[in-house]
Formats: sequence, C-alpha cells, structure tokens
Amino acid sequence: MNTEVIKEASMVMQKEMITRNYDALTSTEESGRKIASTFVPGNLNELIMSFGMLNNLPEINAIQNGMRKKSGPMIMDAERQGHSEDVCTYVKADIGQMSKGNIAPNGKPMPSPDLLLLSYTGCFTFMKWFELLRHEYGCETVMLHVPYTGDGVVTDNMRDYVVKQLKEDVIPALERVSGVKFDIDRLRENLRRSAAAEDNLVWVLESGKNVRSPIDAYFGGVYYLGPIFTAFRGTQEAVDYYRVLRGEIEKRIEQNLGPITPEGDMPEEKYRLVVEGPPNWTNFREFWKMFYDEGAVVVASTYTKVGGVYDLGFRHDPDNPIETMADYCLGCYTNRNLPTRVDMLANYVEEYQADGLLTNSIKSCNSFSAGQLMMMQEVEKRTGKPAAFIETDLVDPRYFSAANVKNRLESYFQMIEQKRAQSRVA
Amino acid sequence: MALKDIIERCTVLHEDMDFNAAKEWKAADPDRKVIGYLPVYVPEEIIHAAGMLPLGVFGGGEQLEVIHGDAYYQSYICRIPRSTIELGVTGRLDFVDGMLFPSICDVIRNLSGMWKMIQPEKFVAYFDVPQNYADGVGGEYYTKELEHLRDGFAELTGKPITNDAINQSIALYNQRRSLVREVYQFRSEYPWKALASEVYVLMRAGLVIPVEEHIAMMKEYLAAANEEDRPLRDACRVVINGSFCEQPPLNLVKTIEMAGCYIVDDDYLLGNRWLLEDLPTDGNALEVLASAFLHHSADTAAKYCAKKEEVGQFLLESVKNNKAEGVIFAAPSFCDPALLERPMLADRMTEHNVPHISFKYAENSGQMQPIREQAGTFADTLKLWS
Repeated sequence: MNTEVIKEASMVMQKEMITRNYDALTSTEESGRKIASTFVPGNLNELIMSFGMLNNLPEINAIQNGMRKKSGPMIMDAERQGHSEDVCTYVKADIGQMSKGNIAPNGKPMPSPDLLLLSYTGCFTFMKWFELLRHEYGCETVMLHVPYTGDGVVTDNMRDYVVKQLKEDVIPALERVSGVKFDIDRLRENLRRSAAAEDNLVWVLESGKNVRSPIDAYFGGVYYLGPIFTAFRGTQEAVDYYRVLRGEIEKRIEQNLGPITPEGDMPEEKYRLVVEGPPNWTNFREFWKMFYDEGAVVVASTYTKVGGVYDLGFRHDPDNPIETMADYCLGCYTNRNLPTRVDMLANYVEEYQADGLLTNSIKSCNSFSAGQLMMMQEVEKRTGKPAAFIETDLVDPRYFSAANVKNRLESYFQMIEQKRAQSRVA
Repeated sequence: MALKDIIERCTVLHEDMDFNAAKEWKAADPDRKVIGYLPVYVPEEIIHAAGMLPLGVFGGGEQLEVIHGDAYYQSYICRIPRSTIELGVTGRLDFVDGMLFPSICDVIRNLSGMWKMIQPEKFVAYFDVPQNYADGVGGEYYTKELEHLRDGFAELTGKPITNDAINQSIALYNQRRSLVREVYQFRSEYPWKALASEVYVLMRAGLVIPVEEHIAMMKEYLAAANEEDRPLRDACRVVINGSFCEQPPLNLVKTIEMAGCYIVDDDYLLGNRWLLEDLPTDGNALEVLASAFLHHSADTAAKYCAKKEEVGQFLLESVKNNKAEGVIFAAPSFCDPALLERPMLADRMTEHNVPHISFKYAENSGQMQPIREQAGTFADTLKLWS
C-alpha cells in the first residue's frame, strides 16, 4: 500500500481545525474555558458555543484512537475492569482511555469535563455510557431525552418535551457551569452559520448523483461531515470549510474526476454503491482500499446522516432557535424508525443510480445493526438491486477480518456483474 | 387447589408457545381483542379498560426452536428478538390484534419497526417512556403519550375508553400488585416454602391469562404454599439482577436453587410489580399512571438514573430488605442495558461489602453445569466467609 497520502486543501484545513480544537480542549487550565462532553448525534454545539464552552465528543476520541491503532489495548483494559465483551467498543475505548491517563489524541492530558451533556438521541447506549462517565468523573450531568420517532413522525408532544428540557434543564445547567447568561441572539448567529454550512454539505453529498461521482460518500464522506458533526457546526470555520470543499468538488465535476482516495484520484467508476452502517476505524484505509482497488464508489451512505439528516430538507433555523434544536435531535438518522430508514435507502439506491446496497454491520452498534438484515431484504425487494452484508466493528481491531471482508466484497461485485448481464439479456 | 396442581397449571401456561389460554379467552366473544407486549413494562390498565387482554410476549424460551428468526439477526444480537420474530412469522401471534414494544433498548426499539413491516395491517406501537422525571416535563410528555395510546386502543376497539373504566382497571391491578408483593414477601420470609422456580412460573402465568384469573391464582398459591411442609436447607440468600428482559430458562432458576442459593428477590418479570405502590383510583387515571411511573416505579438498567448516588440504590435496598447475603448478576448475552450497567452496580455492591458474581445466559441456554458450579462456589463462599 502506498504510504504517502494524497490530500486536498479541504483535508489539510480540516486537520488544522481538529488540531486546534484538541489544543483548545487540552489547554483549558490556561484559558479557563469550560468543557461539555456530549455525543455526535443530537449534539447541541451551537448552544454550547453560545456559552463560550468547548465541546468534547467521546465517540470522536474513540475514532481518533481507533485510526491511530490505540483503541485495542484501551478496550482490553476496560474489559479487564469488568466491562463486558458484548457491549459497545466506543464505550470501552473511552473508559480505557481514562485508565491510560486520559491522553487526548494530541498527546496531551484531556481535562475532566465540567459538564456531561447527555443528549440521548437514537441510541440507548449513550444513556448508560454517560452514567459510566459520571461514575468516573463525578461532575454535573444533564440529560436531554429525545424520544424515538417510532411511528416515523415527529409529534408536537415529542417536540414540546425536548423544548421543555432544553429550557428547564439544559440551558440552566449550561448557565450554571459556564457562569455565562444565556444569550439567544448569540445562539441565533451560531445557528445561521450552521444553516449556511449545511447548504454546502448537502450540495457536496448530493454530488454523488453524478455518474461519475466526484466523491466517495462513505470513506470520503466521513471527512466531509467531520466538521459539521463535531465541534465546528455553527462556526465560521465550518462555513469556510464547506465553501472550500464545494469549490473542490465543483472542479472535480468540471474535470470529470472521480473521488480522491489516499492514493490519488480514483481512475475508474465500476460500481456505484449505497452503504448502510458506520465504517470500521481500526483498519479504515485498508478497508477503503478494498473498494477503490475494485473501482467501487460509495455514492450515498446513511452514516453521513447520523449526526443530522440534512438532505431531506432540515436546516437549523435561527428564527426558531430552541425548536430547531429539538427538530434536529429528533431527526437524526438512528432516531428514525426502520420503515423510514428503508425508505431512505431505497430512495438513495434509485436517486443515486446505485448498483446496490451494501451493509456494514457493526458488532458494537445495535442502534444501527438490529434489523439491518430485514432492511436489506426490503430494499432489494423494492429496487430489484442486489444487497450484501459485511461485518466489522467500530474500534475493536479483533473484529476486523480483512480476508473475510474482501471475500464478501468480491462476491458482491460478481453479483452486481451478473445482475448487469441479466439486465442486458433482458 | 393443591400447590402441585397450581404449579402444574402455571408450568403449562409458561411452556405454551401457542398461547392457547389467550386464544381461548378471545374465542369466547367475537368482540374481544388481544394486545401483545414485550418486556419490561406497559400500562396494562389501559389495555384492560379497553376490554382487551394484555398478553406478555417474553420470547420463546427454551421450548421454541428458532429457525426463521435467526435469518433476521446477526450473531451478536440477543435471543429474544429472534424468538419473537419466530413466534410472529410462524403464525403463533396471528390472533393478536396489536403489539407494543416498550422502550428498553435499541434492539427492541428496532424490532418495533420490523414488526410494522412484518404485520403492516396490525396495530403496532413503540411505547416510549420518559427519562426525565419532573412532573411538568417528563410527566406531561408521558401523560400525552398515554392519551395517544388510549386513543389508539379506542380506535382499534371502536369504543371510547373512559377515565372511570381506567380507574376501575387500576383498582383491579392494585389488587394484583398487592398480591404480587405478598408473594415476593412470602418467598423472602419462607424461601424454602416458596421456591423461586415456582414463584417464577406463577408470575409468568400472569402474562398470558386475564388479571382476574391471576389474582385468584395467587391467592390460592399463597394459601397452598403456606401449608407446605418443606425442610429448611442450609442455603444462602441471594438477589438476582439483570434478567429483566430476556428471561432465563426455568432450568437456570432451578439450577441456582439446587446450587445452594435461595433467591429472595429478582428482577424477572418485573412488569408485574413495576409500579411499587397501589395507585389512587379517583383521579385523572392517566396522570396517576404517569406520576406512579415517575416517582414510584422499579429501577432497571433501561431507566436513566438521574443522580450518581442513586445508582444501585434500588438493588442495595433489595439486598437489605430481603436480608440477602449476595447478588448474582445474571444478564442475557448481548444485553446492552444490563451489561453496561453491571460494572456500576458491582462497584456499588463492593462499596457496601455485598459479595457478587456474574454470568450470562440466553433464554435457550442448555448447559447448566458451569452455572451450577459458579453459583455453588458462590454459595459455599458466602457460607464459609460471610
């Protein structure tokens, strides 16, 4: 494998943003800034920032540790402490990081959070994860319970419930911990910047509809959504990043280029896939290479919707600042019921002219994984396109079997070829 | 009725994966309807007030061979959704008019959507409960969710469900709650008379028969068990924790007993005693149910614990009140809530010098020897050193 990674300007920009953010997080002793630990889906970054606080996301730390091959020993440490081998490896990587001195991915000690802001969206594990963190840190904790949209719709009752919690619990907790009074206009400004960035993100993601796609919406997609899913939604940096990114993709379309990969431009688009489920992080590059070596491009993915479903029209609305945060939390991908997820996948297969659906089933993540086999069957039934299934994990290297994944992918590509041949005959 | 006969009847009900008792109840009147529900808790009072039968569908146990269900799930998902799917796709639940999937974990939550796709013509609902326990916030939300549920049932039956009707059902369920508490109290005081395996099937029977019948059954059981002349064994007293959703095979309960442990409290079939106190029967029934949920309900890993110091308190109180000598954490494999919470509970027990062990099971676990050895060693340890 070529070890020299080809990067575009937006990638360099993002790397600098992440570095600055970790530096800000690990220097709060000097800066006096407060930290809120929270989760990606349903994160309230605009609100947190309006109190001058920083946002620390345990999943992102776990991902960073996974990509740096550090998560395996952390997980095993947590298991030695009594955490079950059956549960989410993000949780165990996070617990293990603490037991190893809580060193941030920039190599500096991560300060303890001042507030645990549990926005419980689309995943039950979050709830116990934060209880575990509270068990370790003992700091103030505030819960935002976001109801699951079991009937596929957001009801007034759900929205009112979330709004009330924001007003009566979350905002007072942020005021208390930060010592800053809530300023709705500051929040509106942040939300306005979020919406601007979201417009360009959607444009980028929808560029996958081009045949030939200028992006890979899964492996490349995780870079594209990095700023908006993490500490940067609502910042000018995110607005700038998505403007630059869009410019790069516009150029790729003009030049009829495929996605950029770590080894440069992808020469050929042989297979167009929709992917369901998160990626594996411990072997991310090796995993991606299995796709681009075969000319397989992911044109749409659901993982890029886990921190917000923007392509179906939602934008943060500065005119309704509290309600819009509620709608955002309620609408995240894994907070949608399975029939809605099937609709989304089937539509992606059609709208993005995909050859089929590939599911990366993640051992750690029941929120995504439970029901995926049935979802595949349904999508196949509706679209007539083949679906396939691989199994990996988020950050536990013990569950990544390169040979198995590669074998399954090769079989899947053969299936697509057969389908194409059948269509030509018909 | 003799104890043996009561237990035999309960065992038949427990093992009947065709739910014949519920079918017979329904067949007696063409207007009758049945609502299935999964663990842990649903407000059965509303179903009852609608004239329908609440039917606990708590997996396929060790009796059911899962053939189709495995095709719906990856290897790392627990067994209860597989066996529930099996019950559904094999037609065993065709007579059921609606299904409720309570908020407990991501797997059961997602199963609600799968059921909507499997039986699109049926009443299928995800039943959400608040994780915010303030009356004006979580309470209001939950009351409106209960109203929505009540209205859904009214549409299904074609009849409105009045506040009075729900209050009457609450009164009936108060009787059941009171008797369930009495049975558990009796077992705690006389565990050699009320074997855990017998209490288990008695409680399990309550899932599949009308509440009126279950009330009568528990009364008979208490009278008969009290008459039993069984020897007091040199067993230690333990509390079981972590078994609130997928249920253990009955053999597992028996194995723990045979290994020298009296089970003096557990969280099996917790829905039977989810609401810890009797409820008022003269108020706004849905508000009463909501308030009871918020302030007087049992604790499990499926609930958010709002204060750090309260984590494990419910279990600790159970240990204290039942004079237990130790805790056995017995959770189903791949049960996220129970397994995530276990380290916190274990720490809490350690802080209070309560000995504990843990193991995992599946509803169809067949090999009991390792569990017998583990539980036996634990019992010996308690007897020798505690």
